[in-house]
Amino acid sequence: MSEVKFSKEHEWITLEGDVATIGITKHATEMLGDIVFAELPEKGSNVEKDGTAGVVESTKAASDVYTPISGEVVDTNQAIVDDPSKINEDPEGSAWFFKLKMKDQSEMDSLMNKEEYDKFAKESSS
Amino acid sequence: MEIKKTSLNNLHKDNQAKFVEFAGYEMPIQYSKGIIEEHKFTRLHSGIFDVSHMGQLFIYGDESLTEELEKIFPLDLKNLKQNSSKYSFLMNEDAGIYDDLIITKIEDGYLIILNAACKDKDFEILSNLLGIKFKMNLDNNRSLIAIQGPKSVEILNSIIDGVDQLHFMSGNWFDFNNQKLFVTRSGYTGEDGFEVSISNDIAEKFTQNLIEKGAQLIGLGARDTLRLEAGLCLYGHELDINKTPIEANLKWAISKSRLSNGGFIGSEKIMNQIQDGANQVRVGIKPEGRLIAREKTKIFSDTDSQIGEITSGTFGPSVNGPIAMGYVDKEFSKVDTKILLEVRGKKYPANICALPFYKKNYVKGVN
Repeated sequence: MSEVKFSKEHEWITLEGDVATIGITKHATEMLGDIVFAELPEKGSNVEKDGTAGVVESTKAASDVYTPISGEVVDTNQAIVDDPSKINEDPEGSAWFFKLKMKDQSEMDSLMNKEEYDKFAKESSS
Repeated sequence: MEIKKTSLNNLHKDNQAKFVEFAGYEMPIQYSKGIIEEHKFTRLHSGIFDVSHMGQLFIYGDESLTEELEKIFPLDLKNLKQNSSKYSFLMNEDAGIYDDLIITKIEDGYLIILNAACKDKDFEILSNLLGIKFKMNLDNNRSLIAIQGPKSVEILNSIIDGVDQLHFMSGNWFDFNNQKLFVTRSGYTGEDGFEVSISNDIAEKFTQNLIEKGAQLIGLGARDTLRLEAGLCLYGHELDINKTPIEANLKWAISKSRLSNGGFIGSEKIMNQIQDGANQVRVGIKPEGRLIAREKTKIFSDTDSQIGEITSGTFGPSVNGPIAMGYVDKEFSKVDTKILLEVRGKKYPANICALPFYKKNYVKGVN
């Protein structure tokens, strides 16, 4: 599996061949608080880089989930829809959101590595 | 204008509070454990709420004050016992609600607890109505601390002996640190609990004592989920100047004797609405599934015509599902009526349901 990359909208992404797995970062869950609702894109639908691809709601508010790359949705994680608290428990592991068949490899270039993201997250929350 | 802070502000910071601005005050929305844990802790144990931003209005006077207040509030104040409290509202001539409040008869007058965002305007309205005859003091030197949940009586009684003798919706003066506290058995969470009016200089020490005895600080986030589960109204959401107590389904808070004779501000409108019915009424709403429908969500009938709007909506941690309150046209207000909620451009099924969502645990007593 490839190195984990991060977006400015606080999504993480890993690649296996041309299939990307996408979720939201631990930092994002800490900002959101207790997550109580998740909505995912439909399997088979196409999503565009930086477009909305789902919703999460905490006890406080609703937030859009964006996709850092374009592609076709090939799988979604029903477990987090059934029990959204899993997103708070393991955001960067078992609580992934959806898998995409990637369209354009170059879209990965603008994303941050872990070190860059940690710095970005620290700055954007202070 | 500079943001105001309560006397517990440093204590909130020491407990890793996340702050929000609320009615001009810097208030804790949650602490490190988060809203759901704080909510559940209150239901099972004992939560401490800093509600010092709320107004504590003391009005001093004798029977003539009671007579004047009866021209304003829809209450039978003449027969209200000393140290007993009532939930009520300040209204305009059209029975629109300026504020909802708790009024307690004290030895030398009344204590009225007002919402933070409304208190200055309330003071102005009441000053105009009462004139200069009675001394009024919107007391900024006192904090207000609520302690709510089943263990609260044991914890508070270990610090202030005798509070366990208070009945629901009544209060009394007690001593703490050689100072007078006014304690009422009341609250806004659906749990047994108390509200303590205490001098600012000892509020932090008092709260530290509560924490040492096992109570925990709870933020405004959980306060909102707790009151919504209990089916209680929040001013600015369920209640405002365009809503009447009849529309808000709060007829129970109007004293029966006042319903027949009127004579309070807004009484004509209220009597008309009781006779003819209000066009829209407040209801409880449960979305199907896990969908959360927040304030301003449009409500539709199953034939797709708009019939109302959500006023509060969230996830209820004790109900373990989404809950909401809102106003719908009267013919759709029956329990179990199927409705649709428009969220992010799509319509989702929901049902009108009875309030409260969560059964109250108040200690019963004389009224």
